[in-house]
Amino acid sequence: MKSGKVGQVMSKYSIFFVLLVMILISMLLNENFLSTRNITNIAVQLSVATILAYGEMVLIVSGLLDLSSGAVLALAGVLSVSAYKSTGNLALAVAVSIGVAVAFNMINALFVANFAMPAFIVTLATQMAARGLALLYTKGQNILQIGDYAKLGQGSIGPIPIPVIFMIAATIVIWYIMNHTKLGRSFYAIGGNEEASIASGINVAKSKYKAFLINGVLVGIAGVLFMARVNAGLPNGALGYEMEGLTAAIVGGTSFSGGVGTTSGTLIGSFIIGCLNNIMNLQGVDAYVQQVVKGGIIVAAVLYDIRFKNKKAPKVILQKKDAPSAKA
Amino acid sequence: MGDEIKLRVSKIEKSFPGVKALDKIDFSVRKGTVHALCGENGAGKSTLMKIINGIYKPDAGEIFIDEEPVKIKDPIKARSLGIAMIAQELNYVPEMSVEENIFLGRLPADKFGRVKWGEVRSRTLQLLQDEHLPYKPTDKLKMLTTSDIQMLEIMKAISNDASIIVMDEPTSSITQKEVELLFKKIDILRAKGCAIVYISHKMDEVFRIADDITVFRDGTVVKSMRAADTNIDEVIALMVGRRMENVYPKEDIEIGEPLLEVENLRSGQLFENVNFHVNKGEIVGFAGLVGAGRTEVMRCLFGLDPIDGGTVKVHGEEIKVKCASDSIKHGMVMLSEDRRRYGIIPMRSVRENASLSSLEKFFYGGTAHPKKEAEVVGMYFDKMSVKTPTQETAIQSLSGGNQQKVLLAKWMMRDPEVLILDEPTRGIDVGAKFEIYKLMTEVAQAGKAVVMVSSELPELIGMCDRIYVMCEGHIAGELQKDEFSQEAIMMYATGTHSIIKEEI
Repeated sequence: MKSGKVGQVMSKYSIFFVLLVMILISMLLNENFLSTRNITNIAVQLSVATILAYGEMVLIVSGLLDLSSGAVLALAGVLSVSAYKSTGNLALAVAVSIGVAVAFNMINALFVANFAMPAFIVTLATQMAARGLALLYTKGQNILQIGDYAKLGQGSIGPIPIPVIFMIAATIVIWYIMNHTKLGRSFYAIGGNEEASIASGINVAKSKYKAFLINGVLVGIAGVLFMARVNAGLPNGALGYEMEGLTAAIVGGTSFSGGVGTTSGTLIGSFIIGCLNNIMNLQGVDAYVQQVVKGGIIVAAVLYDIRFKNKKAPKVILQKKDAPSAKA
Repeated sequence: MGDEIKLRVSKIEKSFPGVKALDKIDFSVRKGTVHALCGENGAGKSTLMKIINGIYKPDAGEIFIDEEPVKIKDPIKARSLGIAMIAQELNYVPEMSVEENIFLGRLPADKFGRVKWGEVRSRTLQLLQDEHLPYKPTDKLKMLTTSDIQMLEIMKAISNDASIIVMDEPTSSITQKEVELLFKKIDILRAKGCAIVYISHKMDEVFRIADDITVFRDGTVVKSMRAADTNIDEVIALMVGRRMENVYPKEDIEIGEPLLEVENLRSGQLFENVNFHVNKGEIVGFAGLVGAGRTEVMRCLFGLDPIDGGTVKVHGEEIKVKCASDSIKHGMVMLSEDRRRYGIIPMRSVRENASLSSLEKFFYGGTAHPKKEAEVVGMYFDKMSVKTPTQETAIQSLSGGNQQKVLLAKWMMRDPEVLILDEPTRGIDVGAKFEIYKLMTEVAQAGKAVVMVSSELPELIGMCDRIYVMCEGHIAGELQKDEFSQEAIMMYATGTHSIIKEEI
């Protein structure tokens, strides 16, 4: 029984142990790894990807997916930067970014929820469209000299950088939605078994719209942070960022078959990738080699996670022998 | 047939973390006989069969075929030893054709790996013709009815020249007529000298077909005996460890005014002109052959499929049902016949599954109330004796009977006015069946209406106050309690008089 309990804890937090081991190894490799400056650095670097990862997690849990987030981020970002340059109003600029990203996600939701098209295809199409629109609008040119807009990405409130504050806020809000609201519960249900959810009285179409809505808000915020951090409006920016988000969500234990995934897991998944990037940079690993190592480590981390879960959770659990006492 | 032992297992043990699933099992099947395995869900029958088929490895013990010790490391080895298994859950690829499914995993090929499609086609045609199945080899399997798929599965297994055939609940989704066909097949196989292991919860079938019976309980063999030396009551008593006083806990309840009234309900080609009503305190049954339209009527009524016409009244008031949430709002709930597809959210916890339709009770004031949720769910689980390690356990790891009880708890939590049950006891054990019957009685006692669709006539006759019989998309007859008999139901269900003698 005792080993069973330890096993349960291990399997529940297995991905967390992966992160711990990674941090330990990094500490041994480089003494600067755990310095406040380096940790802050890691947090800032992974804030945009983490925010995108939350959107992907919500969607994958609901049995959906967004391949367009990188491109929509770029479109929303350049429009936002351009709105700021012409009005000087920061609040308006942020609103434009979120508005554009939400609009695109509503288009995704329309085709997915109302016309029963696969999210994969729909968001692949919007990815192309959004990227095209971003390039069209900027005529392929980067928007430079964006002034105080950059402060959103480079400034701090107290000791904490603004992107990290947004990441923490997103973590809290998403955690709350997934664990403390009816909506969160319905995301898990529709991703786990859509037909059973319908038969249980859940409004599946509405839930899908809301999942895309949440993703839209997150992508919009990420758009502002990304452009502010690079101090420019880049129509070609954030290329492949949807994959960064997806990877973090999957490494963090989100199941591609839907119905399984947590906010904390996604955050840890994102940190695993962030730490990996960081330590390889600190150690001066060649950039091309880094990619190969990253691929290998991601597979290893997920494999470990799956093995641990399967070992401790046999598919067939039979009733205990003392069945009557199990009633109490 | 003789006493020659074909298959014997000795001191088989198997543990899963925390549970001893099989404890020193001794068991043997004689050549040319049918050996029935009886036991509640979770008693260990399926685990033992999976060991024989090479899916699980035993922790200890030996397996003998023709008294020669064998090691069965995987299902491929099992097949080469002449073991065929018809699984409880159907295994097929819906997008593949009939012929591809029949030869799945054993397509005949030449030495270059090219499939001999000609041979596949001719053998499939032969098989379909022999079994009178009205399909083409190229039809996709998803176009077949469940019962035809089941028949195909059975034919596939026995066309394999197997000498040991394991059938796990083979009749759970086929019609009475096909059961007869299956039994004829079994007789032929028995005469050929095959050893057949037959797992079923249906006692009448067991006693019709079995030569020997072995009863399992809690991972041990309680008793092995000749079928001729025992009876249904004894077997059930051995299974549950006590005598079942009354299989159907039906009580006389005062019947009130009409609660649910359905008039001229119609849906495309599926059914038309369906009229029925259910009164307060009444349990009304729906009988009929598979495909008669019973499930379709209930699905439309509940809002899962669109209605083309007709009216539905609850408490005398007409309700408009567009989706399931509409009917749930009006106090009408339905337990689907297909638990895996329309019932459970497999990887989520039993608690989440149970509370899924009552979320507003646990999420209000802008936050969740997990304590209240655990309390309420726990209360319903106690009431229905759901056996689960914890409320956090994923529902997919419970036995079928317990899954069904969790889903019933989900609906009871809404305190429904009309409870529709579509094949509520299919594939679940005697104990769980009894709990479900008891619950139906309680709901009726509270002055609510219960509708039960079932293909098991004894269950309908035992539990219902009135029975509607459906045939080919319309209601063919209505039987009052004093008119109940299997013959009368089958007469309406088949729509003819001449077939009846054959059917019963």
